[in-house]
Amino acid sequence: MDALFYTLHDFLLHSKSITYMLMGAILLGLLLFWLFLSGRDEKKRTF
Amino acid sequence: MPQETAQVNKSIFTPFNVIAGMIIFCGLIITVLRFTGGLGAVTNLDDNNPWGIWIGFDLLCGVALAAGGYVTSASCYIFGLKRYHSAVRPAILTAFLGYALVVMALHYDVGRPWRLPYPIFLSPGTTSLLFEVGLCVFLYLTVLFIEFSPAALEWLGLKKIRNLVVRLTLVLTIFGVILSTLHQSSLGALYMIAPSKLHPLWYSGYLPVFFFVSSVFAGLSMVIFEGSLAHRHLHHKMDETHLKESEGVALGFGKAAAFVMMGYVGVKFIGIAMDNNWHYLATGWGLWFLLELVGFVVVPAFLYAIAARDRNLRLVRWASILAVLGVVLNRLNISVVAFNWHLPSADRYFPSWMEIAISLFVVTIGVVVYRFVTTRMPIFYEHPDYEH
Repeated sequence: MDALFYTLHDFLLHSKSITYMLMGAILLGLLLFWLFLSGRDEKKRTF
Repeated sequence: MPQETAQVNKSIFTPFNVIAGMIIFCGLIITVLRFTGGLGAVTNLDDNNPWGIWIGFDLLCGVALAAGGYVTSASCYIFGLKRYHSAVRPAILTAFLGYALVVMALHYDVGRPWRLPYPIFLSPGTTSLLFEVGLCVFLYLTVLFIEFSPAALEWLGLKKIRNLVVRLTLVLTIFGVILSTLHQSSLGALYMIAPSKLHPLWYSGYLPVFFFVSSVFAGLSMVIFEGSLAHRHLHHKMDETHLKESEGVALGFGKAAAFVMMGYVGVKFIGIAMDNNWHYLATGWGLWFLLELVGFVVVPAFLYAIAARDRNLRLVRWASILAVLGVVLNRLNISVVAFNWHLPSADRYFPSWMEIAISLFVVTIGVVVYRFVTTRMPIFYEHPDYEH
């Protein structure tokens, strides 16, 4: 069921709260995906 | 060393030539009908649906899939990934033909081709997104023509002009990246004018971002897909360097595409979250949206990732087909399927067979010209006079 929003502030508070949490999850997900993607790459010595 | 154009004594009535000839003949007849009888004679367009598949497929998909040109040249000349150098010329050729055909196909929709210079030179509507798209496509097509010209000049033996043009490579690449960033995103921004017509799952304030990011992996996937076709049919035209580098190109581009695709999925969900459109996901439209996003973006991204990890060339090629189809589906969803979604089915648009035939005609011309160029000019091999 949809949440009821009486003001624009209510709506933005709701949608932005979810968006910020989602952004954190996406950043973490992308990091994990990158580790999966490059997991078998040859290690480059940087020293 | 590849074989020079060998004159083999064989019939011109090959299956490819016969089918391509029939499509082109049919396309020419419909072209006459279109330019003598108007849009109504050949299309199902109306006031509710003024843009059909000539915009949705020929233009939107054409521009997105031609993005391989700027992506490949940027990776080679700007990011210095010289191991992808052999992929630059085929990608530039595909991009040049893609944009040229976009402009050609646009004539069918707009009509009155002799007025093509008007929006740029005579009455520019500088406040319109369409003006920005038109200007960028005009400039980028010119850039692509110059970027492609060294191959033609080598073929023609015009060394001095060729050497002059080659010196412009970096400037042209930078110019190409800027122009592509601008018009790839503007094509998405065009649809922001219709918030009440486009389904909320596809409509977003981030449409320009979606279009630009998806053009990056569309270009990468198209280079892989086109490379695999070229390997099958034009293998004899490739030199040792091209053959040696092609596996690295496919796997490297697949890896890059996988990461960009996952980023794209992320921003798509941010778009849903910002507009609080989660409840639409539980509807039929939501299932269609998820099929596009999961079936044609997440799945190929994982296939690319597995292929890159296992160095599986076959898998990366299959993933590229899925990714290319996904981009086509996305552009068609935005411009046709989810557009006017609230209208009763009787008022919905479905292309006429002649619209589909013209789209097929345009693609066929692209394939025929691509084959003509690659069998004659140094696209898959370095010209012996310029080898280093």
